[in-house]
Amino acid sequence: MEPLSNKRKVIEAKPLNFWEKAYIPAIAQGLSITLKHFFKKDVTIRYPEQEREFSENFRGLHSLKRDEQGRERCTACGLCALSCPAEAITMTAGERQKGEENLYREEKYAAVYEINMLRCIFCGLCEEACPKEAIYLDGPIVPSDYLRKDFIYGKDKLVEPPLNP
Amino acid sequence: MVKVTIDGISIEVEPGTSILNAARQIGGDIVPPAMCYYSKLEGSGGKCRTCLVKVSKGSEKDPRPMPKLVASCRTTVMDGMEVQNITSPEVTEARKGVVEMLLINHPLDCPICDQAGECHLQDLGYEHGAAKTRYEFDRRTFDRIDIGDKIQLHMNRCILCYRCVFTADQITEKRVHGVLNRGDHAEISTYIQKAVDNDFSGNVIDVCPVGALTDRTFRFKNRVWFTKPVEAHRDCEHEKCSGKVTLWYKGEDVLRVTARKDQYGEVEEFICNTCRFDKKKTSDWVIEGPRKVSHKSVISSNHYETLHPLPVVKTNPVLLEANKEQFERETRL
Repeated sequence: MEPLSNKRKVIEAKPLNFWEKAYIPAIAQGLSITLKHFFKKDVTIRYPEQEREFSENFRGLHSLKRDEQGRERCTACGLCALSCPAEAITMTAGERQKGEENLYREEKYAAVYEINMLRCIFCGLCEEACPKEAIYLDGPIVPSDYLRKDFIYGKDKLVEPPLNP
Repeated sequence: MVKVTIDGISIEVEPGTSILNAARQIGGDIVPPAMCYYSKLEGSGGKCRTCLVKVSKGSEKDPRPMPKLVASCRTTVMDGMEVQNITSPEVTEARKGVVEMLLINHPLDCPICDQAGECHLQDLGYEHGAAKTRYEFDRRTFDRIDIGDKIQLHMNRCILCYRCVFTADQITEKRVHGVLNRGDHAEISTYIQKAVDNDFSGNVIDVCPVGALTDRTFRFKNRVWFTKPVEAHRDCEHEKCSGKVTLWYKGEDVLRVTARKDQYGEVEEFICNTCRFDKKKTSDWVIEGPRKVSHKSVISSNHYETLHPLPVVKTNPVLLEANKEQFERETRL
């Protein structure tokens, strides 16, 4: 057949000489390459124990913030749930009772606040929508789990730990 | 009939019609917003000044323009009058100022307020780019008052439109709340926190343009835009009540019952307290269908216009049949 281009290269298959037939130098060369990699820097990291540094604007697990007095900032206004394109957020509002002023900042608070991490796409729109600066996606990667129900994160997992426990 | 031209659109109206009502007969964008005027309440209007318009020609006989912007809800039309509303930058500027003045003592606690999403002051603020406030001083604050066990008064949020007072005067038999003090100190209140208990007292919730008077049974239950409005009616025993309402559903539960409101946020027909507060089961009502919500409203988000929305996956009978056969074969195996 006529060649389509002039890039065709004819390879001459010469018979192997004695050393090539013995394969020893080739094996030694291969092993030396392997050995060299033992002393190189690791490409991978041991993930759960070790973590890579994320960029400034990395969006990970959500956290519900507290203000400087340790009160929860969220007032359950529902704007995060409204803006959520994946409809991952649900909440139930509660009314602050007398004596709970040190727990919640405003007279309404989120009694139940749930984010379905399987639905969440980590777009950060909830963060943008929040008028109270209460939610930020500043956590780590959401850990894996076995059951679907374990991916529905409630307030126990989302709210920041209190200032003075 | 007198001829009036509003923003270049002419209309013939009855003598004695206000400019605002003439504009509403034309409809569309040229209708001035109104926070205090309520067509169903006699004597309302003239308090909030959001409906300001410019009269560029007084009438055919006296073509001089009016010296200042006028409140369109209280100014009657004259033959040959020419009015500018959205075509006049002066009017939009003045209205923006009015919104800012209304927001001076308004707490801007929309994230907490149950009225958020259907609040006229919120709409007005956003329309005029005045959703923030420049006011740095202490706002006047009041404790919230429970007027009876069904209505709650947040005086902080009140803009003193007097609509609720007119409602109590005209719709109910006895008014027990009113405006105390004067000027800067004026407040809606009841003496000795008296309970408002008569059959139509719940209507003050619907006429309130802001979240000052809210339904205690709906307090913090849910945000308005997560509930689904459905039109319904029932045969109400009360002779003055029409029984035509909007039910606000969340799932299977009726969270709130309100009267039906028209495009200007005014109640079409007042409803009694039994319909509003006591009938919160689907079985009490005859469902007419989902309420049409303007696409500009946040309430329209994620809402379907049909009672039973179309299925997400189109049912394919051929596929169903094949699946059934497959299923049977597998169970046999």
